[in-house]
Amino acid sequence: MSPAEDNAVRTSARNGWLLSLPALVVLAFAASGPLLIVVWYSFLTANDTGNVIHEWSIEGWKGIFFTYDIFEERYALADAHLTIFWRSVWLSLTTTALTFAIGFPTAWFIATRPQQQRALWLFLITIPFWTNLLIRTFAINEVIRNEGLLNTLLIWAGVIETPLQINYTETAVLIGMTYVYLPLMVLPLYATIERFDMRLLEASYDLYASRLRTLRRVILPIVKPGIIAGSILVFVPSLGAYVTPRILGGGKNMMIGNFIELQFLQGKNWPLGAALSVALLFIVMAALLVYVRVANRDRGAGHG
Amino acid sequence: MAERGFQISRLPGFATIAIAAFVLLYLPIITLVTFSFNASNSVAIWGGFSLHWYADAWANDDVKAATMRSLVIGASAAVLSTTLATMAALGTTRRRAFKGQTFIYVVINQPLMVPEVVTAVALLIFFGIIKVATGYQGLGYLIVAHTAFCIPFAYLPIRARLESMDLALETAAADLYATPWQTFRRVTLPLLAPGIMAGAMLAFVISLDDVVITEFVKSGGQDTLPTYMLGQLRRSFTPEVNAISTMLLGLTVVLLTLFFLLTRKND
Repeated sequence: MSPAEDNAVRTSARNGWLLSLPALVVLAFAASGPLLIVVWYSFLTANDTGNVIHEWSIEGWKGIFFTYDIFEERYALADAHLTIFWRSVWLSLTTTALTFAIGFPTAWFIATRPQQQRALWLFLITIPFWTNLLIRTFAINEVIRNEGLLNTLLIWAGVIETPLQINYTETAVLIGMTYVYLPLMVLPLYATIERFDMRLLEASYDLYASRLRTLRRVILPIVKPGIIAGSILVFVPSLGAYVTPRILGGGKNMMIGNFIELQFLQGKNWPLGAALSVALLFIVMAALLVYVRVANRDRGAGHG
Repeated sequence: MAERGFQISRLPGFATIAIAAFVLLYLPIITLVTFSFNASNSVAIWGGFSLHWYADAWANDDVKAATMRSLVIGASAAVLSTTLATMAALGTTRRRAFKGQTFIYVVINQPLMVPEVVTAVALLIFFGIIKVATGYQGLGYLIVAHTAFCIPFAYLPIRARLESMDLALETAAADLYATPWQTFRRVTLPLLAPGIMAGAMLAFVISLDDVVITEFVKSGGQDTLPTYMLGQLRRSFTPEVNAISTMLLGLTVVLLTLFFLLTRKND
């Protein structure tokens, strides 16, 4: 490389940094940077009136799994906390599975429409995707609550006499999360299915494969990157969900996000809340790393 | 492409599930909108058409104040984040890959990866410290917080637009002795404008929708429309909330339609 070219490259890189800098500063100030403070606070001592005392302690982290029994003066497993963790993971995994079961046929349906119709179907998926999560949770609440559409219809039809208690159960949270996160599964699935070469189906059927076998051995392996992307996109926000479990689950069916809020906004235990936040962040980062690794491996092997 | 005579891509049951999915996606929204026009107090039994829930919402000073706050925060965050995102997009596209570019991508997209509730907690603590230190309690915190998480949403469409633009036009301008600023002002910016508009609209919609971060960052009496609605839910549920939701929904649909028209490939 000639000195002049070398210089041009350096100037270009410098300009790239300078132009990006203002955005980076704002993000460091109001997004990435404060995350470090959370880590720091998770190692401080709780103050009974909320906030923290600036004394080093690992009680916050211990508090995730153990509670201190003041009568027996020993630590016991915090069943309530473990229940919340387990519920969050279980509900998020089930939500991911349900959105896939509904989302895959939907994405396939859209991708196999004639070219001119596809944009319209996609637009129909995109509107709920961008609609306020709170409004969509209200909307599903309208359907499943005791005086809601579903119960009114069932009672009117004489199927049941007393309303089904769906609201404030785990089922309600599951229905709600599946409803609000479905578009997040459909969109990446559609993006991969759209590129799927339909001639492969022809080849498969020519070789006497059944539809089920074709689905399992031809379609699913090829659209795997979309399945993984969709699963991550659903699993990650489900795990950190706050609005949907709060409205549909009530106080009894808290998820990690609500439990964290309880520690802060109700002023209970900031270090515990901070430790829970960091733990949640680690789980999400681990899920994203798995995604990146699988996606890269598939890209590497895909052209072989 | 010719229509296939034999529907090779048909998989049994898929179309049924897909149609059911669309119905299930829209049924709750349609219910919500319908009952916002209900004359009776019920959100399940139809009592005739009426606009009185809209009138109620309109007459409610809390709703008016929350709406104004949402619009001020949304507009400020949209303008600020789009400006920053445009600069960052110009800095990270159409030039030879440079050291630290991946780092810039990661930081810009970071709000998309971190669970909202974690960011909300982080800002609650950090802004709490600043509030105590400076005594300032205003809307600035919400505007900065919204600007930050809107940046990736503004950045993505702008970057996509930049990458599809033809460098030759700018080279031609430079050949005709335009200064870099003139080239930017007269060639790059007009070509980029649809991307910038699209980014600004997405940023506005995202800011308008935010619940979690606002709920944690706001000081007393700083409810936005979504946090006001969430607070209402603790009390009894009235169709007034449906009316507010329907108005927000209408605004979102209008902005999204504009967004799609702006980003259509063959415009």
